[in-house]
Amino acid sequence: MSSAWSTALAGGVLIGLSATLLLWLNGRVAGVSGIVNGVLFPKTGDVAWRAMFLAGLIGAAGFYMALVPNAPLPRTDFSRGGLILAGLLVGFGTRMGNGCTSGHGVCGIGRLSMRSLAAVMTFMVTAIATTFIVRHVWSGG
Amino acid sequence: MKKLALAALLSGTLFGLGLAMSGMTDARRVLGFLDLFGKFDPTLMFVLGGAVLTTTVLFRFVLRRGSPVLASSFHLSSLKQLDRRLLGGAALFGIGWGIAGYCPGPALAGLGVGAHEALWFVPAMLAGMLLHRIVNHA
Repeated sequence: MSSAWSTALAGGVLIGLSATLLLWLNGRVAGVSGIVNGVLFPKTGDVAWRAMFLAGLIGAAGFYMALVPNAPLPRTDFSRGGLILAGLLVGFGTRMGNGCTSGHGVCGIGRLSMRSLAAVMTFMVTAIATTFIVRHVWSGG
Repeated sequence: MKKLALAALLSGTLFGLGLAMSGMTDARRVLGFLDLFGKFDPTLMFVLGGAVLTTTVLFRFVLRRGSPVLASSFHLSSLKQLDRRLLGGAALFGIGWGIAGYCPGPALAGLGVGAHEALWFVPAMLAGMLLHRIVNHA
């Protein structure tokens, strides 16, 4: 268990360094939902860095999971309907609220934004409530 | 232009390594963290804690500069107000996160190994973004 904690902490620090690097060099917030949105609805001259960030993210994560022994692997047995509903809510909600775990959480709190802090507290509460309902009310567990 | 793209590639690479190393890509662990009243798994507190602690310390030095190294200015939101859009959007995002255990970064990371669940979640997430675009630009 303690080794899971140390890799979790190391992974978190890497994510923080990644966000610091992007702000320091490019002046950009490493908010994944916002970066994706800018590729989905491209503006001239504002696409290449976003595509490269996502390519790096997907490639490096894939590389790690494929090659590192005992790397945590994605779950495989969640219901398709649940994934689609969750995906729609995450896509819509992150655009409406202008950020996700990385943009509001890692970067927003990092620059002491009150809006981000409020967003993080809001999505933590609804996520914990949803997990509670799904796991302990609906399924009776 | 090329330098900006290269810097973004480096940043994205660190981000992807961090996600994969931390276990955020495994939605079981994420839901274990969100399951505060069940079998709580605190591992992800270390991920979020490590990330936020790092940015909170280092962003201060970065933002003390007048501008970033490769661009003329920082692109930061200047909004201050807590409004219904911000909180409503965050609430909906949290519900989606709590259902399946994926936020955007870890879901995309799953594409790197062709994870079955990511192949369903990510297109739905893009559709949700498109839907928001349609509703707000109609």
